[in-house]
Amino acid sequence: MKRLLATFNVLGLTMVVFALTMLIPLGVAFVGEDAGLPAFANGFLLAVGIGAAVWAGTRHARSELHARDGFLLVVIVWAGLPLLAALPLLLYYHGAGMPLSFTHAYFEAMSGLTSTGATVLTGLDHLPPSINLWRATMVWIGGMGILVLAVAILPLLGVGGHQVVRAETPGPMKDERLTPRIAGTAKALYAVYVGMSLVCLLAYRAVGLPWFEAWAHMATTMGLGGFSTRDEGFLYFDSVPVELVAMVFMLLSGINFATHFNALRQRNARAYLACPQTLPYLAVVLGGGLVVSAYLYAKGVYADPLAALRYGMFNTISVATTTGYANVDYATWPLFAPLTMLLLSAFATSAGSTGGGIKMVRVILLVKQARAELVTMLHPHAITPVRIGGRVVDPRVLSSVLAFMLVYGLSVGVLTSLLLLSGMDPLIAFSAVMAMINNTGPGLGPIGPMGHFAVLSDFQIWVCTFAMLIGRLELLTVLVLFTPYFWRK
Amino acid sequence: MKILIMGAGRVGTSVAENLVSEQNDITVIDPDPAQLRYLQERYDLRGLQGDGTQVSVLEAAGAADTDLFIACSASDSANMVGCKIARQLFNVPRRIARIRMPEFADHPELMGEEGFCIDALISPERSVTTYLHSLIEFPEALQVVEFADGRVSVITARVGHGSPMAHRPIDELREVWPDVSARVIDVLRGGRPLHAGSGTVVAPGDEVVLVVDTRHARRAVRQLREAERSVRRVMIAGGGNIGLRLARQLAEENYSVRIIERDEKRCLYLAAELPGNVLVLHGNGTDEALLERENIGDMDTYLALTSDDEDNIMSSLLAKRLGARRVIALINRQAYGELMQGSHIDIAVSPSQATMSELLRHVRRGDVVAVHRLRQGVAEALEAVAHGDRSTSHVVGRTVGELHLPKGASIGALVRGDEIVLPDADTVVEADDHVIVFVPSRQQMPRVEKLFQVSASFF
Repeated sequence: MKRLLATFNVLGLTMVVFALTMLIPLGVAFVGEDAGLPAFANGFLLAVGIGAAVWAGTRHARSELHARDGFLLVVIVWAGLPLLAALPLLLYYHGAGMPLSFTHAYFEAMSGLTSTGATVLTGLDHLPPSINLWRATMVWIGGMGILVLAVAILPLLGVGGHQVVRAETPGPMKDERLTPRIAGTAKALYAVYVGMSLVCLLAYRAVGLPWFEAWAHMATTMGLGGFSTRDEGFLYFDSVPVELVAMVFMLLSGINFATHFNALRQRNARAYLACPQTLPYLAVVLGGGLVVSAYLYAKGVYADPLAALRYGMFNTISVATTTGYANVDYATWPLFAPLTMLLLSAFATSAGSTGGGIKMVRVILLVKQARAELVTMLHPHAITPVRIGGRVVDPRVLSSVLAFMLVYGLSVGVLTSLLLLSGMDPLIAFSAVMAMINNTGPGLGPIGPMGHFAVLSDFQIWVCTFAMLIGRLELLTVLVLFTPYFWRK
Repeated sequence: MKILIMGAGRVGTSVAENLVSEQNDITVIDPDPAQLRYLQERYDLRGLQGDGTQVSVLEAAGAADTDLFIACSASDSANMVGCKIARQLFNVPRRIARIRMPEFADHPELMGEEGFCIDALISPERSVTTYLHSLIEFPEALQVVEFADGRVSVITARVGHGSPMAHRPIDELREVWPDVSARVIDVLRGGRPLHAGSGTVVAPGDEVVLVVDTRHARRAVRQLREAERSVRRVMIAGGGNIGLRLARQLAEENYSVRIIERDEKRCLYLAAELPGNVLVLHGNGTDEALLERENIGDMDTYLALTSDDEDNIMSSLLAKRLGARRVIALINRQAYGELMQGSHIDIAVSPSQATMSELLRHVRRGDVVAVHRLRQGVAEALEAVAHGDRSTSHVVGRTVGELHLPKGASIGALVRGDEIVLPDADTVVEADDHVIVFVPSRQQMPRVEKLFQVSASFF
């Protein structure tokens, strides 16, 4: 119980930090005098109040976090912050006289924070800018990690910070540090993230987006989220330069940010070659894009090969990097294309990026492990350690990857069955689970790129919300809380 | 400060543990990933797997912008090469190496810019041996630490039943010791500090912490206990590096020394190395038959110095039970050391603590020149130099009563040239005084360090 309270103490502080980010939309609402002003003013005060109350109420229990508290904290934060994030949405819709249900508001907030990008809202074009900006801000913060942010700016976590960052950062090997102290590493990651975001913002401006839309799309591009300010997404802009900017920055955000940091520090692009994930990631995403484009051209969806390339590439990159932008309703394409894209999204992005899914490094490890097995079948005496980036991988990492894959497969199966149970079409159910657990966003059919998730029942929405949460935290972090060992004294 | 530590063995680990803080960015290099994982999971530092004498590894560890390089791997030669590379290729401003072999310390020309570029040598074996030797010399003392190049000692000793101090308040000390410059800092009862004032009455069995002019130390300590028989017969269990050094030193000073070693080959080596008057015994320190046969009951001091904490604890408890007058055990793990506080083991010596005191002297910049932990951390004693003048320093030109010391801290002594001043509230601190400060806990040390910092206008 004492441990739980100590975790809540950090949660309270994290809540206050998170609430401070509401100042961005609040400022925009204040300057632009839009309809979101009361919602954000009240939402901000409520969120700060709740955070401060949780912090003050558990102050006496403050203590150093242990390894297992790290898991608990991460899950509590990721399940709890969407409650705060949903406050402005609830308040705004309530004030506008068309109340949003709690289920939908929580789903929208979870979708933003996990940088999924699936929405239950319609009429985005007519929402106050502050509301759209808040959706984008959630994606941006959630992409790199709210607790990584807390560790970077709050010195309180100390050694516990190491556990927390480990539990929140995706990927199987997390002992790599950019700087000796964990707070320094967190700061370095955020510095690269902020720097690239600024470049992205200016690039969107340069191709003609107004400041507000450039800002909102920068946030959802860098976080690989995919929320748009328009119901039609990129179809609304219908501009090749805008799509090119989006493609470049989606591809960059799918690379490990530690690799970006190393490349910047060494002022040398060799860091990208040295990173074991970057080249395979780019090859898979771009290769997938070419295959989809060729398929679209061959099937006669687009008569012009350049048009096939434009739509094939943009949508494949968007889905494979788990962003979820669309410049055409690809759900109407022949099934092979959207299904290939969804499958790519399951594994293409690098560990340490803002993308979701299994992560490229796990796939590389599995392929190498399989090859080692084949070699030992032919040469029973061969010693075949699995190496990545020139270093031998600890067998414990390999077995954790295998366990992850097993749990991933099980989770997809169980969640799909739950959706089937609720009466959903099998293909749509599968696409929904894939889109949620990989934090991609759009699925197929009614929940496709031009649709929205409000058509689902409440039960289905909650299944999807849970899938997003466990997908963002890479399954095991959440599932460990459901084991009796965790709670045993 | 950016610190690079090479080697995550016993010494490297305790160095890292002691230096890790908000102010220090620490990177540890070691070939063993398991040892690094242990450190990384417990402390906020970075581990890097590799050989610290490889240029590429040092480069990856960020040697180029490191302020301090500490080489404490198990190999002397690797440590020396590491320091050389750190200096010549990466221009690391300060380099400290752990060196075991006493021969190297005798040739300072090897360590200079022409040689291996080592600023300071630390030798855990030497520090521990020196410390153990001082304990044998002062049979009444539980701990002896020296400040100001040995001119001032801080001694902890237990008050005996026949002591003239027993049942008297502290401020009557002057009458007991008319011509000794010594002062009682605190009294520990049952391992806890009493925060003694001048009226506190000392009871037999209390541990008294004294700050004393080293020249008077022996006389002062004698007063605390009924005159002890001087030490003649010493038995050592464990013929490792420390055991060997200590036995050799004691034998040269005509003590009667017996040394027990488990490994037969090592016994042969010891017998060949040590003077003929040392008796080398092949056996186990936990073997009571062996101890009895070798007249353990007549021993003045028994020291358990093997590399195994549990063995040392057991064999010294056994020796005490069998009648050894005083037993001293080497205990590495801090938890065990605290556990043995107040047990039948008279003194638990922590090798890492001895090393750390030596290392911290080199690591600390500026004005604090030495730090020692007293009796497993009940207090810290530090020596700081007062620089500057009344306008630039918070200390110089002020009386002791005026200083803004943290709560519970006190000034034990001032060393002014050759003179040792035991200050009262009206004593004025002068420039270049060495000030011995006692603080009740480690958390307060930064405040004392800050107090002694000279403000920027001094330069």
